[in-house]
Amino acid sequence: MSDFTSNFWSVYVTAVTVIGIAACLFLLWFSGKAKAMTAHDNTTGHVWDGDLREMNNPLPRWWVGLFVITIIFSAVYLAFYPGLGASAGKLGWTSSGQFQAEIAKGEADIAPIYARFDAMSAEDIAKDPQAHAIGERLFMNNCSQCHGSDARGSKGFPNLTDADWLHGGSPEKIMETLNQGRVGQMPPMAAAVGSGDDVKNLANYVLSLSGSPHDSVRANLGKSKFAACAACHGSDGKGNPALGAPNLTDDIWLHGYGESAIINIVNNGKVNQMPAQVQKLSPAQIKVLSSYVWGFSNTGVAK
Amino acid sequence: MNAPASTAEKKIIPIVASPDKGSIAPPPGADEETIALYEAHQKIYPRSVSGYFSKWRWALVFLTQLVFYGLPWLEWGQRQAVLFDLGARRFYIFNLVLYPQDFVYLTGILVISALSLFLFTAVAGRLWCGYACPQTVYTEIFLWLEKLAEGDRSARMRRDAGPWTLDKVWRKAAKQCMWIAVGLWTGFTFVGYFTPIHSLGMELFALSMGPWETFWVLFYSFATYGNAGYMREQVCKYMCPYARFQSAMFDKDTLIVTYDELRGEPRGGRSKKADLSTLKLGACIDCSLCVQVCPTGIDIRKGLQYECIGCGACADVCDTVMDKMGYARGLVKYSTQNAVNQRWSGADILRHVLRPRVLVYSSVLLAVVLAMLVSLWMRAPFKVDVERDRSTLARIVSGGRLENVYRLQIMNARETHQTFEVSAEGLPDLTLSTDSSMEVGPTESRWIAIRVQLPYEGATPGSHPIHFTVKSAPDAAVVTEKSVFIVPR
Repeated sequence: MSDFTSNFWSVYVTAVTVIGIAACLFLLWFSGKAKAMTAHDNTTGHVWDGDLREMNNPLPRWWVGLFVITIIFSAVYLAFYPGLGASAGKLGWTSSGQFQAEIAKGEADIAPIYARFDAMSAEDIAKDPQAHAIGERLFMNNCSQCHGSDARGSKGFPNLTDADWLHGGSPEKIMETLNQGRVGQMPPMAAAVGSGDDVKNLANYVLSLSGSPHDSVRANLGKSKFAACAACHGSDGKGNPALGAPNLTDDIWLHGYGESAIINIVNNGKVNQMPAQVQKLSPAQIKVLSSYVWGFSNTGVAK
Repeated sequence: MNAPASTAEKKIIPIVASPDKGSIAPPPGADEETIALYEAHQKIYPRSVSGYFSKWRWALVFLTQLVFYGLPWLEWGQRQAVLFDLGARRFYIFNLVLYPQDFVYLTGILVISALSLFLFTAVAGRLWCGYACPQTVYTEIFLWLEKLAEGDRSARMRRDAGPWTLDKVWRKAAKQCMWIAVGLWTGFTFVGYFTPIHSLGMELFALSMGPWETFWVLFYSFATYGNAGYMREQVCKYMCPYARFQSAMFDKDTLIVTYDELRGEPRGGRSKKADLSTLKLGACIDCSLCVQVCPTGIDIRKGLQYECIGCGACADVCDTVMDKMGYARGLVKYSTQNAVNQRWSGADILRHVLRPRVLVYSSVLLAVVLAMLVSLWMRAPFKVDVERDRSTLARIVSGGRLENVYRLQIMNARETHQTFEVSAEGLPDLTLSTDSSMEVGPTESRWIAIRVQLPYEGATPGSHPIHFTVKSAPDAAVVTEKSVFIVPR
């Protein structure tokens, strides 16, 4: 209620609530008795159409008691919980407080489960069936949106099940990726490479590195232009995990396969981002998750 | 509805107990006065009764309670035979394992229950109320315990009116102890349907029952105690919705507990030896026993009333009186309005059973029962859900093949391991690139990522319907689920 500049609405709501409850009580008391013609035969004495008569079927008093109990309940409820305008109630209950309490309870509940994995190495966690089940759920809820349900990624989103790692594939590196996120940056290189034809030649050279179908004449012409790329991808094109520069000699194409896709990347560059998870997941969860992801390419455990 | 044809001048609409004779028109110059519209509860002291219908009622009490109290203790293999495991969302009914997806069977049971209620009510009135309703059954048990502790109607009335003596205190205390014991046992049994009752019993003895289990045991105990011990007929009269709409199923050929007014009136006391023909009296000796035994406190001689739960206690007690008087039985009996008014025999009543309403109810009921049985019979012992991958629409993988990812949830509804064989059909050259065979543990539900591939060359862009076929290896049951394969432009 602090959103309001004056306390008018608070007073208004309080008044409506209190008057409403009081009116219920008054109605209950007021309608307990009625003036009626009585025929002393459990009818009110009212007669229509000669023989149609109104019976007096009183409400059982215990049911009136139930109404009174609801009124008492509402008074007690309003004393303890927020309900009367801006009043917070004796218990100071809020829905966000309830939410925080539930989160704390949830974390306390799962703490003993994760405690088991504290002392375990990533390799052992990856083989543990319970950790596998937890990891699978964490992956489905937090990672599969980009990397796919089977962790094999798609265009722009790395495949996590192969042995190719942009930033290194050790459990520690994966954990670092999860915690801090990653930004993969390839600057537009067209200016450094030269004309459009040069870029096309370079693309063919890049294709030749992995033995993919290419035009060998153009590849030979483009070889010299690779110097512009070697700073990051290495002179042999094998990439550099420290920079997150992809290996160009394997058959894995994160941003598309073929000449035109490579030309596009060289001309326009690419910024690719993996968001940090440190705010979202607890350290214990990240440990289990990174071991689980590491396990895709390193253990024989079927996924 | 209750007014016999012979008393044509009495045209009160009988939605409630009709007033006594002689007070039909308001007396001239009736007083206007203030009347109370809230009524204090008047305690009813039903007299115990024995007889034909009473035996039936007790038989039904034993039968229903044997099932209710006994069922959770039955073991089936390694588990409780009937267990509704809400936490794990598995419902076990003997060899049937149901998932929440099988909710339609619960709907089926409810529809069958409702239609049976309609059918029984149309044929024989409030059979459910009088014999099988938990409210009646527990009231019967609680009344019996009350009689054990405090004696029958007259003794109870006398003691309640008298001062608090030691005798009264210990009798009331004994009754309360028995009531609370039965209530607690009922609450415990109820929770035993949802939590394995053996471990619940252990927890009870170790005083380590969970908070929710404790709550529900106490809540259900209190409800039993309050409804069967104190509320009794008030539940039927003021709370039960069925009491309010059962008249929609009634007609003049419906069996009801009814007083044969033509034979009974004029009523009056007489000596056993007196000659009926000279007395100008009917068969009713006005002993008021039918009123004393009535659990809802009505006078059946005023005709059919909505409070009448059709238990037949009045018929039982009247028959014993008729026997003593040497008159024919059946002054109060199960009969139909048409039969009473038109002096039909039992055969005539039978001839009027098959009315359109009864035929419609029975045929619909039969159809639903059959549909339910057939559906249960043909049910595959597992379920499959197919979900397309949340993000990857389609991708090209090495070898130039187009790949779509799906998640299959296979729910094993057997208590043994099952091996499943998955295949995808619907497009030429469609292949699985994942293992097509998988094992799912007993009553386990497993998600599996499935990759389906298509040669990229020649695939038309767009979404193509395909279907997954999942075969269970042990018994070759097959479930087919639809999905789509997406080819990007």
